[in-house]
Amino acid sequence: MNILPITGDGLLVHFLFSYIATMGFGILINIPHNALLGCGAVGSLGWMTYILIFHAHLGTMLANLSGALVVGLGAAIMARVKKMPMILFNVPGMVPLVPGSQSYKAIYNFAFGRNSIALHYLVQVAMIAGAIAMGFFLAEMITRMYYRIKGSVKNKAV
Amino acid sequence: MEDANLIIDTVLLAGKIMIENGADMARVDDTLQRIARNAGIQSPRIFETTTGIMMSIQGGENSQVESIDKRRIDLERISRVNDASRAFQAKKLTLQQMYDRLVILDESTPDFRPVLKVIAAALIGGTLEVVYGGRWSDMLLTMGIAALGYASYVVLNRFFRTEFASEFIAAMVIGICGVSAVKAHWGINMGMIITGGIMPLVPGVLLTNAVRDLLAGHILSGASRMIEGLITACALGMGIALVLRFS
Repeated sequence: MNILPITGDGLLVHFLFSYIATMGFGILINIPHNALLGCGAVGSLGWMTYILIFHAHLGTMLANLSGALVVGLGAAIMARVKKMPMILFNVPGMVPLVPGSQSYKAIYNFAFGRNSIALHYLVQVAMIAGAIAMGFFLAEMITRMYYRIKGSVKNKAV
Repeated sequence: MEDANLIIDTVLLAGKIMIENGADMARVDDTLQRIARNAGIQSPRIFETTTGIMMSIQGGENSQVESIDKRRIDLERISRVNDASRAFQAKKLTLQQMYDRLVILDESTPDFRPVLKVIAAALIGGTLEVVYGGRWSDMLLTMGIAALGYASYVVLNRFFRTEFASEFIAAMVIGICGVSAVKAHWGINMGMIITGGIMPLVPGVLLTNAVRDLLAGHILSGASRMIEGLITACALGMGIALVLRFS
């Protein structure tokens, strides 16, 4: 079904296009100019993680979870480096991961009264949303743990 | 404490700007506590939800409420409040200067030009259509539809001031354009064209914040944002479904 291959040029197109899409969303929600490039990088890294794991046939859920995890960690690092709120980077970054085509299929089947197929897709949408939330949650846990460990090491040194 | 009122005013104004423009509650809480501490209050008592903030000072008589009735998404303002708070912490600003700066940034913060936003919406639609596995030949069409959908959302929002109504009608516009373009043989994969077109309207900020608020223990704010996000998503879905049903 996927027309864009994930080798060679296709991979480059994936990277560039998810970068552009993330930056575009950054413009829509009015993030500061000097955060635009950073948020694009976070978004495309997340999407690359997603697409590579998805094509390795490890499942949609794991792919979404890892994608969101990378977006969350990337946003935390960017926020630290640029001294800006994390929300500037993780909100646009998760946009490519939104389960757009599954939602469309759910709506399409609801519109024609094929409710059981529609529910099947709706459950998928809910599960993907849950996986993305879990990914963000894990990223937040990891960053908090990192700072706690770093803090305790520093205290012991003093 | 003579400037207790000024401290409370500053904290409430900072909180109001942040919540109005879509910050997550853990961040708001952290920033407000920090401003209050740096202003010399040992144990500030602040309670914030998506619709209002209350603050009092332990042992003091002052206590004020600020209600929040506008909601939009503008991360530049949040970032600027953050900068101001950092400058205040580094003692580069006095409390009065901080307050004045917040008043100014609440009134005038540069936004991207509407034309640029429509172009950005077009780029989101076109690129995501290709990335999700659509056809190259549909890309330009999707860009046009995404731009049209976002532009109608912005224009309608100015008239109605009801987020859900404008999202619903914008989704219908996208649906009608997508269906008729495929019928006229300008495009091939209708599903991908409509999916790409709708992407700029996805309530990403609301849902991300809802999850973060819930995980951080701000149950009330998280739940209300979750409902707002779900209603927006339903409005989009219903707009598309209505068009598809009668196509």
